[in-house]
Amino acid sequence: MNLQELQDVCRRVRQDIIIMTNHAGAGHPGGSLSLVETLVGLYFDTMQGIDPKDDKNPDRDRFVLSKGHAAPALYGTLCERGYFDREEFQHFRQLHGILQGHPDVKKCPGVDASTGSLGQGISIAVGMALGARHQGKKLHVYTAIGDGECDEGMVWEASMAAAHYKLDNLTVILDYNGMQIDGTNSEVMSLGNIRAKFEAFGYDIIEVADGNDMTQVLEALHAPACPGKPRLLLMHTLKGKGVSFMEGQVGWHGKAPNAEQTAQALKELEG
Amino acid sequence: MEKKAVRVAYGEALVRLGAKNDKVVVLDADLAQATMTKDFKAAYPDRFYDCGIAEADMVDIAAGMSTMGLIPFCSTFAVFAGRSYDQIRNGVCYPHFNVKFGFSHAGITLGEDGGSHQAIEDLALMRVLPGMTVFAPSDANECYQCVEAAAKIDGPVYIRTARLPSPIYDERPFEVGKGQVLRDGKDCVIMTCGIMLEHALEAVEVLKAQGKDPALLNFHTLKPFDDALALAYAQKTGNVFTVEEHSVIGGLGDAVAAALCGKGCFSFEKIGINDIFGQSGKPADLLVEYGLSGKQIGERILARL
Repeated sequence: MNLQELQDVCRRVRQDIIIMTNHAGAGHPGGSLSLVETLVGLYFDTMQGIDPKDDKNPDRDRFVLSKGHAAPALYGTLCERGYFDREEFQHFRQLHGILQGHPDVKKCPGVDASTGSLGQGISIAVGMALGARHQGKKLHVYTAIGDGECDEGMVWEASMAAAHYKLDNLTVILDYNGMQIDGTNSEVMSLGNIRAKFEAFGYDIIEVADGNDMTQVLEALHAPACPGKPRLLLMHTLKGKGVSFMEGQVGWHGKAPNAEQTAQALKELEG
Repeated sequence: MEKKAVRVAYGEALVRLGAKNDKVVVLDADLAQATMTKDFKAAYPDRFYDCGIAEADMVDIAAGMSTMGLIPFCSTFAVFAGRSYDQIRNGVCYPHFNVKFGFSHAGITLGEDGGSHQAIEDLALMRVLPGMTVFAPSDANECYQCVEAAAKIDGPVYIRTARLPSPIYDERPFEVGKGQVLRDGKDCVIMTCGIMLEHALEAVEVLKAQGKDPALLNFHTLKPFDDALALAYAQKTGNVFTVEEHSVIGGLGDAVAAALCGKGCFSFEKIGINDIFGQSGKPADLLVEYGLSGKQIGERILARL
């Protein structure tokens, strides 16, 4: 898929996020919109062995959405990739729907771990990478974490283990949009020099100046692994990216757009 | 009678299991010398993973490993069931991943380390999780059986083990979810689990010496629970006593209460830790302090009959 096609998928996934959260009257659009290029890059370009018709292939690459509240971005991406029908968007966050409020491995095709309790996904991804190596599998494990999620001590426990076990088959993607529920990272819980912290924990780090630029995202995803070290992609992103009134606004972390806002957002996201 | 700590049997059982099943991996959180996973580590170093003093991380690492077709056994102290509870709940039970928990040093018989380390709530925490199988083996032989059974179950399993050496009884037929009739009787029924079996047996002798005829049931599986057996002996004897080294809230006593609720009118008393924390002391002294010695249990039941 060429760059233009990937960017078109991103645009559609952003529309999906708006449609889903509007219909459900709930959900997390802000941190979903910031993560779109990462997910589309992974599922349409980088991940190996994934197939919507065989979503349990044991040798496929894995992805864990550690920041599970960005489920709408994952659902949009999986739908565009062919894992399920768009009709499912109508049942997002609804009784008997496969698209639960947070990803559910038992209900949704293409989901590799149930997440939503922050800090756990990265640890599960460490276990997957360790287990894959134990089993002699060549697959790669990716996980996306939030910056607010880095408040959780588990992120650092998992990071310590990833470095200790020299998991060069693991890529942690930090969606660094600078905001969490109650305010900016600095207002809620200062992250300090986040790059230096992850560096000190033993990651090989690639910093992506614009994590919403598909060219830069692909370049980072394609970078060869650093032998003996887990990889961290530090993606500078914009919360609410692509929808003018959501961009950089803390208030759109966990709020759904109304009909009028939805119309405006979809208009802005037209090709 | 020969004694062996159930935790020692857990370590031995893992080694036996490891020989038969190369998918078994063992994780510990820097307590291999105490949980006795050191035996597995020595036998199968390539299948042992230390996660450092990070119990929550250990549980989710195990969750991830299970998705690669492995059968991870997580091992730490039972008191850290609380510390890693969100991970056990959301990381393992919610997706029903195939992870086992062999948590040791449960109950007040942990002894000298004191109340901060004496888990009196772990059975309650584990019983309430959907899809979790909960074992509390009474002796070394039953622990071997529980570990074997755990590996065959596709889903999360909790195995509660004790630090204190306890008698090894003859091996009994074992079926997951089935209680055992160790003594038939007509005056009352004592239902127990874990290493309190030793003290329940002493209580039986106290009762017999006073001319009473008590039944004794052992439940190695707290969940799924053998409701039918508990009810049958409640109906037969009319006097029900549960004995456990756990809070009277949420453990064996409440499993029995749920089994009997609405099914008849019985005299019913839960003997366990009465909603308080433990403290440092020798295990034998602690059992007396909390009214759980065989003699005290027997006398308490006699007073009720």
